[in-house]
Amino acid sequence: MECNFPLLTFITFVPLVGAALVLFLNRKSQELLRWVAIIFMVIDLIGCLAVYSLFDPTSAAVQLAEKQVWVKSWGISYFLGVDGISLWLVMLTGLFGPICILASWKDITVRVKEFLICMLVMQTGMVGVFLALDLFLFYVFWELMLIPMYLLIGMWGNPARRLYAAIKFVLYTVVGSLLMLVAILVLYYMAGHASGTYTFDLMKLYEFPVPLSAQMLMFLAFFLAFAIKVPMFPFHTWLPDAHTEAPTVGSVILAAVLLKMGTYGFVRFAIPLFPNAALDAAWWIGILALIGIVYGAWVAMVQVDVKRLVAFSSVSHLGFVMLGMFAFTVQGLQGSILQMINHGLSTGALFLIVGMIYERRHTRLIAEFGGISKVMPLYAVFFMIFTLSSIGLPGLNGFVGEFLILLGTFKVAPWYAVIGASGVIFAAVYMLWMFQRVMFGEVTNPKNLPLKDLSVREACVLAPIVVFCVWIGVYPSTFLKPMEPSVKALLSQVEKKKAVVLELDKLGKNQKLSDLSPAISVSGRNLRAEADLTE
Amino acid sequence: MTLPDINLGGILPALVLCITGVVLMIVGLFLTWQRLAISMAISLAGILVAFAANAPLRLLHESAFSGMVALDPYSWFLNWMILLAAALTVLMSVKYFSDEGLDLYEYFVLLLFASAGMMFMVSGTHLLVIFVGLETLSISIYVLAGCLPANVKSKESALKYLILGGFSSAIFLYGAALLYGTAGSLALADLAKFFHSGTIAPTAKVGMGLLLIGFAFKAAAVPFHMWTPDVYEGAPTPLTGFMAVGVKAAAFAAFVRVFFGALPELQASWSQILWLVAVLTMILGNFAALVQENIKRMLAYSSIAHAGYILVGMVGGGDAGASGVLYYLLAYTFTNLGAFAVVALVGRKGEANNMLDDYRGLARTHPALAVAMSVFIFSLAGIPPTAGFMGKFSIFYAAVKAGHVWLVVIGVLTSAASVFYYFRVLMKMYMEAPEREPAPLQFGAGTVIALVVALVGVLYIGIFPKTYLDLALMSVQPLF
Repeated sequence: MECNFPLLTFITFVPLVGAALVLFLNRKSQELLRWVAIIFMVIDLIGCLAVYSLFDPTSAAVQLAEKQVWVKSWGISYFLGVDGISLWLVMLTGLFGPICILASWKDITVRVKEFLICMLVMQTGMVGVFLALDLFLFYVFWELMLIPMYLLIGMWGNPARRLYAAIKFVLYTVVGSLLMLVAILVLYYMAGHASGTYTFDLMKLYEFPVPLSAQMLMFLAFFLAFAIKVPMFPFHTWLPDAHTEAPTVGSVILAAVLLKMGTYGFVRFAIPLFPNAALDAAWWIGILALIGIVYGAWVAMVQVDVKRLVAFSSVSHLGFVMLGMFAFTVQGLQGSILQMINHGLSTGALFLIVGMIYERRHTRLIAEFGGISKVMPLYAVFFMIFTLSSIGLPGLNGFVGEFLILLGTFKVAPWYAVIGASGVIFAAVYMLWMFQRVMFGEVTNPKNLPLKDLSVREACVLAPIVVFCVWIGVYPSTFLKPMEPSVKALLSQVEKKKAVVLELDKLGKNQKLSDLSPAISVSGRNLRAEADLTE
Repeated sequence: MTLPDINLGGILPALVLCITGVVLMIVGLFLTWQRLAISMAISLAGILVAFAANAPLRLLHESAFSGMVALDPYSWFLNWMILLAAALTVLMSVKYFSDEGLDLYEYFVLLLFASAGMMFMVSGTHLLVIFVGLETLSISIYVLAGCLPANVKSKESALKYLILGGFSSAIFLYGAALLYGTAGSLALADLAKFFHSGTIAPTAKVGMGLLLIGFAFKAAAVPFHMWTPDVYEGAPTPLTGFMAVGVKAAAFAAFVRVFFGALPELQASWSQILWLVAVLTMILGNFAALVQENIKRMLAYSSIAHAGYILVGMVGGGDAGASGVLYYLLAYTFTNLGAFAVVALVGRKGEANNMLDDYRGLARTHPALAVAMSVFIFSLAGIPPTAGFMGKFSIFYAAVKAGHVWLVVIGVLTSAASVFYYFRVLMKMYMEAPEREPAPLQFGAGTVIALVVALVGVLYIGIFPKTYLDLALMSVQPLF
């Protein structure tokens, strides 16, 4: 069925419409504001489900594409599309929209209006990032996201260090993304120079074989932007601060969706645009990923604050995602993408869990707790499920992703897989140890005795996540099948493009990066540039 | 003896402003009631008429007064930008001066004369015309900067600007004299022809260097920026906005016209100098702004930094660079005037509240104003989807196109540093609480209109930049 309705535009901008509506409502009626926000988030989720129902899982092509010229003279277009790689990330974002509003119902009580506007604008930014297929548009959404997150940490965060954490988050992100902007410009100019049409269209830029000499620098610029966002060791230091100081919902969004923008960026941009450099860099990126896995796990082990523990577990889990991705095998890449979703679900849920106990006790120190399962049995059940999912227990989602990643890595680099597997063991250690100290034993702290179990609202927040954790764990094909054609297409494209670039390099026909650096005679070069334009 | 052709129609926009100024000077004497409001109305009417008179220039490609003044789209584009800046400044000045209790109709007169000077500067194709425009502009601004009688800082600002400005004018003039000595003419077209055909004497290079210093001074580029923070801090806030926007725009416009139009043969030399100046300007401007506690000083250093970015566009060269400069100036006009309108509002009477700490809790007391300020801040920091981002993008694109990748890398890194101090304002507004409840703000109608225009401008040309990018590109064609 041909569908003329601009569905992708719809799911991208519906939250923004909601934000505009909230803007004009009275700030006194907080309940109304919350209902409006959640209704728009649910509409967005329904839109995402519609995308899924229209998505053809057998095709690797970009689907439901929408394209409008934006700035013609520069070749900028408004180009949205979805494929097997971005499909589940969009769904994940859609799912967490209503969950976050619901989770914040009782948590955020000051400046609710601003809060809801931030959440809705952020939803637009996140969906936009995953759908944009024009580099310029992607960059706009990427930066757009920054502001609400900054406000979220800075306005509703932990009073003690929120300002520090917020500005640290912004500066880290901005440094990376601005260097990426330079690389985008260079790529745009090189591709335009070579082919005659200047465009930011990703599909066209995919076809351009970036000369070998230039690839590594440009790849590094993209790498930095995405590695900071992921975050990979050693660029991870903003993450524990941001997570610890952010309000619960901020952490959830950060863990569930924002970090995925980094990993997604690698799959969508850095690897297919610069395949040779990516393949050359695979060995050290793999090592960084391994360091992240092991280091994240070790540091998590010694944390006294539950939230910080979960934050460091993120570093470890995202190490797996990177490891699988840079194995360049179908299993590794599929596992990597699936693990992005898994991490979003289980870590997002863990942050919700931590937030729920924090709302009750206003502390997150492990030492303050003990024996909570006796007073909050339902809470204990949910906590257990997400802990096990995070560890990677067979039958739950984490296992499938990590297994595929390790399988895919083992094929090409057995030792990487061996070291990586140790991360699974460490995960079990730190998570279960934490769980044991918080949940089991006798209630030693009298303050914990009067704690109330989960309310219906809180159960509603967690239940849908459990469904997906089990679903992915038991029957992952639902999720793997739609991404398979795209993953295969991506890998074959990488292979093909790599060969083309090497071929061109051998012929020496290639443009060198030195063509782009300032020559001795400035005016002479300008004349040449102008001559090129008139051709 | 033949009379030079006189084409008053060509310089009509500037003439209208001068006439309005003279009329206002006389009318002002007899006004006893609502002096400020009536002065504002007359000035705005003059600006509107000038705006209409400017429209035909868009389609012309001529020169008037024996090649002294160009009637081309380039003049057209900058003229309306200058008029826009003047209109916004006039709108926000009324509230400011009525708060201060000053019935200064002369302020508007001088503002109009300054704008007329700017217009001559941007449309002049003869170094003398450019110099006369420059001086008209400068002398008006010297007086305006010192127009707060009870304020010592204002006096200091005026004196500092006068003395240093006098130096820079002299240097400019000396450069022009050296060029005249070499080429035998001051008309830009003759200069271009001369350098194109013959060898380039060392005196020409020295002359070029001195001109560059003169322009760099007005544009506040390092190392000729020393006056900026003090002058900006002391001058009345609306005027500071006008200086940061209008004077800079006029200086850069003439800079581009002279260097791209008359001295392209010397590009190898000046492009390298500008490369260095741009780097120094971006680094110093941004890093000095990091430690400022006074928002006017912070915006002064930020305006130095922005001069650095514009220089990147000039180094980039070509029509991409020149049109990038124009677009950037337009974006900066909306953004900076908006920001200064907020500063003027928050400053209240006597500029008592110009510290960054005075912005604490603004989001709670005046949420709409805080949102507007945030948008201006984002635009200054170059965050999409604002005009500032598109401006930086077009500038950096021109530089990458010309192969100056490392210059752009330095540019974006300093730009990342700038996020820190821009976001501090945001932090104060949204995340901190004031120590004591400040007195509520008084909004004036003029200021609100100026704010809304600036806000809409920043967002509109940021999200739909196409028309304005194309216009900028069309406007620079006469230079090549």
